[in-house]
Amino acid sequence: MHRSLQTWLLVAQRLGVALITLVIVSFAVFFATELLPGDVAEILLGQAATPEAVAGLREAMGLNEPAISRFLSWLSGLATGDMGRSYVNDIEVADLLGRRLSNSLRLAVVVTVICVPFALTCGIAAAMWKGSILDRLVSILTISVISIPEFMVATLAVLVFAVWLSWLPALSYGADASNFGALLKAYAMPVITLTCVVSAQMIRMTRAAVIETINTPYVEMALLKGASRRRMVLRHALPNALGPIANAVALSLSYLVGGVIIVETVFNYPGVAKLMVDAVATRDLPLIQSCAMVFCVSYLSLITLADVVATLSNPRLRK
Amino acid sequence: MTQPLVSVRDLVIGAVTDSGRKVDIIRKVDFDIQPGEIVALIGESGSGKTTIALSLMGHCRPGCSINGGSIRLADHDVTKMNEAKRASLRGTEVAYIPQSAAAAFNPSQRIMDQVIEVTHIHNLMPRAEAEVKAVELFRALALPEPETIGRRYPHQVSGGQLQRLSAAMALIGDPQLVIFDEPTTALDVTTQIEVLRAFRSVMKASGMAGVYVSHDLAVVAQIADRIIVLKAGQIQEVGPTREILEKPQHSYTKDLLSAFDPVPFASVKTAEAKAVPPILEVTGLSAGYGPVRSGEAEFKVLDNISFKMEKGTNLGVIGESGSGKSTLARAVAGILPRYRGDVFSQGEALSPDLKDRSKDQLRRTQIVFQLADTALNPSQPIESILSRPLKFYHGMTGAAREKRVIELLDMVQLPAAMRHRLPGELSGGQKQRVNFARALAAEPDLILCDEITSALDTVVAAAMLDLLKDLQKDLGLSYMFISHDLSTVEAICDDVLVMLKGNLVEALPAAHMSQSAQHPYSRLLISSVPKLDPDWLANLEHDPELAKAMMGR
Repeated sequence: MHRSLQTWLLVAQRLGVALITLVIVSFAVFFATELLPGDVAEILLGQAATPEAVAGLREAMGLNEPAISRFLSWLSGLATGDMGRSYVNDIEVADLLGRRLSNSLRLAVVVTVICVPFALTCGIAAAMWKGSILDRLVSILTISVISIPEFMVATLAVLVFAVWLSWLPALSYGADASNFGALLKAYAMPVITLTCVVSAQMIRMTRAAVIETINTPYVEMALLKGASRRRMVLRHALPNALGPIANAVALSLSYLVGGVIIVETVFNYPGVAKLMVDAVATRDLPLIQSCAMVFCVSYLSLITLADVVATLSNPRLRK
Repeated sequence: MTQPLVSVRDLVIGAVTDSGRKVDIIRKVDFDIQPGEIVALIGESGSGKTTIALSLMGHCRPGCSINGGSIRLADHDVTKMNEAKRASLRGTEVAYIPQSAAAAFNPSQRIMDQVIEVTHIHNLMPRAEAEVKAVELFRALALPEPETIGRRYPHQVSGGQLQRLSAAMALIGDPQLVIFDEPTTALDVTTQIEVLRAFRSVMKASGMAGVYVSHDLAVVAQIADRIIVLKAGQIQEVGPTREILEKPQHSYTKDLLSAFDPVPFASVKTAEAKAVPPILEVTGLSAGYGPVRSGEAEFKVLDNISFKMEKGTNLGVIGESGSGKSTLARAVAGILPRYRGDVFSQGEALSPDLKDRSKDQLRRTQIVFQLADTALNPSQPIESILSRPLKFYHGMTGAAREKRVIELLDMVQLPAAMRHRLPGELSGGQKQRVNFARALAAEPDLILCDEITSALDTVVAAAMLDLLKDLQKDLGLSYMFISHDLSTVEAICDDVLVMLKGNLVEALPAAHMSQSAQHPYSRLLISSVPKLDPDWLANLEHDPELAKAMMGR
């Protein structure tokens, strides 16, 4: 399909906006963590530390410098890939984060691969046969899943599949992952839980977006040309609902990187969300900031991607 | 006599209202259509004309259902078919041309794909053959660049072209019956002529039968062989076009026809009016949208408009969509600040932005918008809608204010009890009266009426105009009357401004518009208004080249 220069300009503009947002967000993240109560030096040295020792450590860690200059050096570090060192473990934050991030991403990718096709199929099918038994069933199920908090789903899953039936291991990480079957087993429960939570929203939003386009005159026109229900929805409604659907998918998926703390905790899965909570407990500022930035980047890139898809699918921008 | 192509017997269509009540919107309708005959369904909004037309395709809008009677189309009993069978009829036996082609084309597909979709759905012919046939149809419908227009997207062609393209979309499957659902209502008059001509010649050449749904008798007179007059879901009168136009039997048909009679407008202008400064004087007004750079708006709409209105006279502003007539009202009212020129009200200069005008200046000029539905707050009862200007301009409260609200309702001929209702509980005509009463509440000298009768049915609109005239006599008002409809303007205005693409073409006396028009565009516009005479379109000497040049199409 041909796209005009104007379209690409719009896309470039959108990417620029994302970049600016990122800088603003980094500013907010840095100063928000500055506001956290407590002092790293005090926590590191323990209660028995002398004021002189605390002051010495603060000096050594550069905590006495003005916040703005620490922000700038942190930002320039980030830009060059240097996330600083963890205060607590004295390990490169990048190393700490890298391992956890790959864990989180692995989980996210598996969930995405299962959940997006599933949710889109359900949402579109429900819209196509609106008011049918299938539609009602999907609506009831999605509303129930949205209403039940995820720790409940997770705990119930452990209770049923691990404790009563003993089909699946209760802990995913460190479980036997020697062959494909075992790997499948190890991931099954977190994936099931997350799929439930993420796809419910996606199904509802997809259904709503498709139904909205079904009610347009051009879809009625397709009906009056003798098109089948399938053709009306897939050929005429769906292409015009892509923008809102992409946004719904992006919003739901962004949850997979940052919002999965409860699932990670219940299944003892060492992902980024759990790392961040641990970092907050120990006032490990560089780690907290880096984790927060990872969440923001993933969120922003998903939303930006959705907007770019929406821009590219807008027929008015085609030549 | 041959067997009719379509036979409708005892048709009953039911609908479920928002409140869940079941009502029959079509009650016991019988009619036939002969092969090759074009039958018009005429009626006001809500008379069920579109519902009947769609039922011929076996389709009902959501909430409606065919509850009785039979519809036979050729050898098919549409009412007894299932949805899949009905789908196989659509596009091949019976085809549909929508009211708004702009909305009926899928924005994300190329025009050609949509035009030949019928042949694909019903496996009528290979794609290449279908495209050749489509191009032939484009040519027959007098579309520009017939070879390549199909490669464009719907947003890349004009409204009139889209309407003709939708006819090509309907005709590609060689249906026996074509349904035209108000296909020219959304078009400008000069465009309407081209589209009507194209429809007429194609229908004549193909010998297809047609159902033409419209509220406009003059348009129908040009294309239909027979007219069915509908009201409230029932047939009032049926007859050949000429007979209905010349010897109407039913009182409703007579009402419809009399709305076309020229109503001589007796001006209330008095000699002493000349002595006072003009109620509105506009000199060199330019206005537009977007940021103003070096004294000019980025998107200029109005360019150097000057005119003068004497007290007690009415000024009409006519022009096609996009000519800037509504923008002129908004610039005079100060809703859209002008970037150049002056506006004087009774000799007093008005600042461009309404924020800088005094309360008294605001009071003197009021504006009434086209759509009462969107102008009236749906969650406020009529009383609070009318009370607001009373409090704002006149500081009225309590019993005095209530008394005045009742008076205002009485002025627009609505019962006092109506003040407790919400706008949603009123009919379209009643809402527009309330909308007008809201402007009257300020006790203005000048009322800017922006297409206030355009959304109303013919008979209701005529009553509204009568009301405006009565109020003018009683209150000494002046109206600036914006409309795309020449006959409306003729009925109420002393002078008329003709606008074209943001420029003032010429000013004409309303009583002798067609005689005194000098500018070719004014003549084109005036000659394009359909007349009740069925031979009007055939005899019209209309230069399409001139129309093209004028409108930049």
